[in-house]
Amino acid sequence: MAFQLRRLALALGFVIVIGIALVALLAPWITPQDPFLQNLDARMAPPSFMDGGTAAHFLGTDQLGRDYFSRLIYGARISMLIGVLVVVCSGLIGTTLGVVGGFFGGRIDAVVMFIITCRLSIPLILVALTVVAFVGSSLTVVVLTLGLLLWERFAVVARTTTMQVRNLDYIAAAWAAGCSRPYILLREVLPNIVHHLIVVATLEMALAILLEAALSFLGLGVPPPLPSWGLMIAEAKDYMYFSPWVILVPGIALFVLVLGINLLGDGLRDRLGATRDA
Amino acid sequence: MPEAPLLDVRGLRVRFNAQVEAVRGVDLTVERGQTHCVVGESGCGKSVSSLAVMGLLARGAKRSAAHMRFDGQDILGLSDTALQRLRGDRMAMIFQEPMTSLNPAYTIGSQMAEALTRHRKVGKQQALDRAAELLTKVGITAPGLRLAQYPHQLSGGLRQRVMIAMALMCDPELLIADEPTTALDVTVQAQILRLLRDLQAELGLAILLITHDLGVVARIAHKVSVMYAGEVVESASATDLFAAPRHPYTQGLLGCVPIPGKIKRGDPLGSIPGTVPRIADGFTGCGFRDRCAHAMPQCAVSVPQRDDGAGHRHLCHLS
Amino acid sequence: MLKFLARRALLAVLVMLTVLTISFALTRLSGDVAVAMAGPQATQQDVDTIRKAYGLDRPLTVQFVSWVADVASGDLGRSYLYHAPVGELIRSRLPVTLTLGLTGLVIALCLALPLGIVAAMNEGRVLDRGIMMVAVLGQAMPSFWLGLLLVIWLGVKWQLLPISGVETWDGYVLPGFVLAFSAVPALMRLTRGGMVDALASDYVRTARAKGLTRFSVVMKHALRNAAMPVVAVAAVQLGFMLGGSIVIESVFALNGVGYLAWESISKNDFPVVQAVVLFLATIYIALTLLADMFNAVLDPRLRIS
Repeated sequence: MAFQLRRLALALGFVIVIGIALVALLAPWITPQDPFLQNLDARMAPPSFMDGGTAAHFLGTDQLGRDYFSRLIYGARISMLIGVLVVVCSGLIGTTLGVVGGFFGGRIDAVVMFIITCRLSIPLILVALTVVAFVGSSLTVVVLTLGLLLWERFAVVARTTTMQVRNLDYIAAAWAAGCSRPYILLREVLPNIVHHLIVVATLEMALAILLEAALSFLGLGVPPPLPSWGLMIAEAKDYMYFSPWVILVPGIALFVLVLGINLLGDGLRDRLGATRDA
Repeated sequence: MPEAPLLDVRGLRVRFNAQVEAVRGVDLTVERGQTHCVVGESGCGKSVSSLAVMGLLARGAKRSAAHMRFDGQDILGLSDTALQRLRGDRMAMIFQEPMTSLNPAYTIGSQMAEALTRHRKVGKQQALDRAAELLTKVGITAPGLRLAQYPHQLSGGLRQRVMIAMALMCDPELLIADEPTTALDVTVQAQILRLLRDLQAELGLAILLITHDLGVVARIAHKVSVMYAGEVVESASATDLFAAPRHPYTQGLLGCVPIPGKIKRGDPLGSIPGTVPRIADGFTGCGFRDRCAHAMPQCAVSVPQRDDGAGHRHLCHLS
Repeated sequence: MLKFLARRALLAVLVMLTVLTISFALTRLSGDVAVAMAGPQATQQDVDTIRKAYGLDRPLTVQFVSWVADVASGDLGRSYLYHAPVGELIRSRLPVTLTLGLTGLVIALCLALPLGIVAAMNEGRVLDRGIMMVAVLGQAMPSFWLGLLLVIWLGVKWQLLPISGVETWDGYVLPGFVLAFSAVPALMRLTRGGMVDALASDYVRTARAKGLTRFSVVMKHALRNAAMPVVAVAAVQLGFMLGGSIVIESVFALNGVGYLAWESISKNDFPVVQAVVLFLATIYIALTLLADMFNAVLDPRLRIS
């Protein structure tokens, strides 16, 4: 039964992530209205299934009268974009550092470990906020900031797994066959640690999405009027006591997306036999 | 009427999951003050049987038996608490891996004392005194120093001595030793075996010793049970078994051991072809038949239990 | 042991120097700090005054060296916003953040340890699956959102707990819980993993063979060994919590170091920003150092070598 549950969880995670990714891709075609169009006469309309709701706005409208459902769908774009780009960026940095440290060992490894330790000592949210505040908030800045900060788990996992792989027979065979270092790194080491990195990628993607939401919530993330889910929660905060759905809707979306990614990651870890912790 | 055996197990079965039965109807008796060796290759179910007797099977394993009497009392249906009170007090156990069997986080003294304070109303200091006394008995010098040390500061041989001393804290009647010498150097092995034999003579301890090593059996056993694929295929006194093995598997096992004088230099040492089969449910007949030189068609159907009346029993169509 | 500590301390100093550089560099990211500080309405004269007052007219290297020298002598600079020494500002806000962080850690451990232990004792069963499922759900919960939900329902609708301020002790309950929430899944997984290994270990079998009660086997023999990695990670998590308090303090309107940081970031009060970054990093470095030493106490194998 436990086995069945695991497969169900993996399937659920897969469906959630693919579903939200599709919604994000197809946003311009499936949104009923323009997410940026303000209508000050129809502010804070409740969802259509609640008292006082209208069929025109399925999830109601926000404090500027923008269609909440459309903003929610466009918000998926922001979250997915941030998640994917940050993981690409941090994955490149972390994997390079980790593989180099694990493969060459010795002093090079000591330097890599030092860099990882320094990165861990830096308060993540605080530094991200500072960078965004001082450089100016835009989607690119948020992606680059998080990408430059969230690589340490990639580095740690890549380093440990590379060390394990390095001493295996087929690497020795490649040496003996006279293969070059870059060849061995790219063709022999990397393919054998990539399944661990995929699992890390899912975790980091979830973390990146949560962090972007937190930054936007604090007003130093994605700039308005972009419909980031975190920003939607921040903007709705003043109205939450009277209309709780304004923070429930984007919050649930965020929760479901992150849950889906985590379920996918956990399921993949079981399937691929990878480790979660380094 | 002879005195009842200290441990009397009939028809012990252990099942790990729906398909695989690791122990299939094992009988074991251990007389007071004697050593009963269970011998067999790895995976034959000998360790599992001993753990089953102690009630130490891993979770998920199910044991059943016709009866399992300790000093006349059936311990099969005992509650967890009642069994806990018995364990470490009247029956104790030592294990194969002295390196990992002691808790790395506590001193030798605290781990030994705990065994006594659990079962007797004694103070910590009294327990430590008893521990020091037993460490001396198992041949450890400077017991005071050892009691304050942590397991990682001791060698494998010393740790096994500590394990033995710890098992003796409550003066048990039965000591179950699961491959106690396997992980040790050869010279240390001999010392530990001698120690067990001396302790038995001094304390009247009954020992159930699990081993794969016929050399160990020859040195220490009064009685021997040979296990194969979850069954006891032959059981006899040590002298009988070595003099006249009946089961083809026992004969094969004995053929694998070089005996000075009997085997000439250059002669090939015996070996048993094949490997232990996986015994799934619905299996009938003799588990050894695929590797046996004397296998007959009826071996696939059933195996008779043969008894010579003097305590020498074996499972085979051959007599 | 001494050699190990000396190496750890040296590493900590090197990391500190790097963090000093980074926190200095961070605040110069905006280009001209003086312009940013003066604000949009400022005249060129205002900017010049600020530049001179804060020594921003000197070359960057000189500014850096003098800042490092000041920090080394315990002077963290003056806040532009509050016109007060940064050290004093942090000190006055610290009790709130520290209490919050410790409350969070205690709540996190009180949840994570029992749940992890119970899950491990029921490994593979429905109870274990259920507890792990809760961990997965918890991990997906954005902490600021959870905070708002608790404020709406526990604080306003049912009026069970105060939703802002810490005039009384129960003001820490909600923010502490939210802060703890983010650390619980990691700590719980770690506890469970360690306990699963420990419960299957040979020394636990020995403990059972001694006839010890189930309670003693689990709590004394298994937990002691499973706790070692948990201690290290708990220290790291406390560091993360202090850093993460910036979000929680804003949700619950607590006037701690996190709020101070957020305020100074929004208002370009760069001496405070670089000092807070440095301060939190120092706490983190100190915590990991402490955790290493505490582990050495817990694990006799590390103690004598």
